[in-house]
Amino acid sequence: MCLAIPMRLEERDEFSGRVSLDGVSRQISLMLFPEAEVGQWLLVHAGYAISAIDEQQAEETLALLSEYAGEMMEL
Amino acid sequence: MRTRDPFSDSEAVRGLAREIAREAEELEARLTIMEVCGSHTHAIARAGLRSLLPEKIRLISGPGCPVCVTPVDWLDHAIALVERGDVILSSFGDLMRVPSSRRTLEEIRSEGAPVEILYSPRDALKLARSRPEKKIVFLAVGFETTAPTIAAALVEAEAEGLENFLILPGNKTMPEPMRLIAGDPEIAVDAFLLPGHVSVITGSDAFEFLARDYGLPGIVAGFAPTDVLRAVLEIIAQGKHGEAKIVNAYGRVVTREGNQAARKILDEVFVASPARWRGLGEIPASGLDLRPELAHRNAALLPVELPEPIEPPGCRCGEVLKGMIDPPECPLFGAPCIPERPVGACMVSSEGSCAAWYRHERWRNMESGR
Ligand code: SF4
Repeated sequence: MCLAIPMRLEERDEFSGRVSLDGVSRQISLMLFPEAEVGQWLLVHAGYAISAIDEQQAEETLALLSEYAGEMMEL
Repeated sequence: MRTRDPFSDSEAVRGLAREIAREAEELEARLTIMEVCGSHTHAIARAGLRSLLPEKIRLISGPGCPVCVTPVDWLDHAIALVERGDVILSSFGDLMRVPSSRRTLEEIRSEGAPVEILYSPRDALKLARSRPEKKIVFLAVGFETTAPTIAAALVEAEAEGLENFLILPGNKTMPEPMRLIAGDPEIAVDAFLLPGHVSVITGSDAFEFLARDYGLPGIVAGFAPTDVLRAVLEIIAQGKHGEAKIVNAYGRVVTREGNQAARKILDEVFVASPARWRGLGEIPASGLDLRPELAHRNAALLPVELPEPIEPPGCRCGEVLKGMIDPPECPLFGAPCIPERPVGACMVSSEGSCAAWYRHERWRNMESGR
């Protein structure tokens, strides 16, 4: 349940942004990570960005998540 | 059977396991390592790491699954709120099948009770805007990763004057139960695997006390099987040199200070309070209660009728959560308690120890005859 998912920030305004992953995009809040930059990979948890993550680590995390998918609830 | 799983038989995993076996030979005593993160629980079981590690390395699970540590009377309280008639409950999906004294949220929902499963606390704000005649109560569970998202939703509701958004406070923080466990001679933990995504918020400094006050190493680790094994190697190395350090092995997402914006919002909204943990009892300053200024958003203050709490009879989840027993030592494990029909909370989510063992370790242990 404490898992956060890497997604890339496509655009942002003051408090929120749009992230995408595999062609699916989602509105998230940037209240917990206001310094997020467009183009950056972010760790997203329950609709909020909580941190930036470098691309390589993001990819490794995504590979793991897809491996665990279906079993981990509430990704 | 496991050969198809790239995570247990990849060369990297085996190579690390061999290295651990070599290094562990020189250890004088058995090393007990506790993880306190549902994702670690899951990864260890899934990749079969226990069966790859030598006898001298014992991996145990602690209270790292948020729904598992949520006590039965808190769920009773959630259900009692729906019975008022003016409340819509909103919740992360994880909580739906957790047993209360009577029924689960899923059961009352299938009977027509207003319980919404949401991905984000922000969705509860949307619900509150569209249903002004009802109180929208968000069931606030989760550790430091999740709590700031709930705090942020509360800040947003305050700014907007959205009066009908409330929470049932139930968030918890990790360091206090770990302090309890670290000091418990019966559990006798030698080192901790520290949770990656909790540490993103808290910073690794939040766990320094383990090394300083208890002389225990702690490694912040990712949840790939190789991350876990590397952390085990680091713990063995510290053990050999008689060291106890808190090390971040999870890269740049974790800093020493954590996420400042999130910590600030947490502080604006919540105050540390005593909290009850399943299995561990009441622990001072381990819960997050709403600040008195936000009392109007505290659904725990709404009048309700609560039943006498009844723990699932025979469930040993409390001991499982302290790492005192492995799940198969519970007589109900596997029959009647299975993930599809959980008797206790630890069998509900895939992060729960009992569920993780049931799905993965059971077969392995049968094969290896342990
Ligand atoms: S197997 Fe089921 S009954 Fe036994 S401790 Fe685990 S959750 Fe409780």
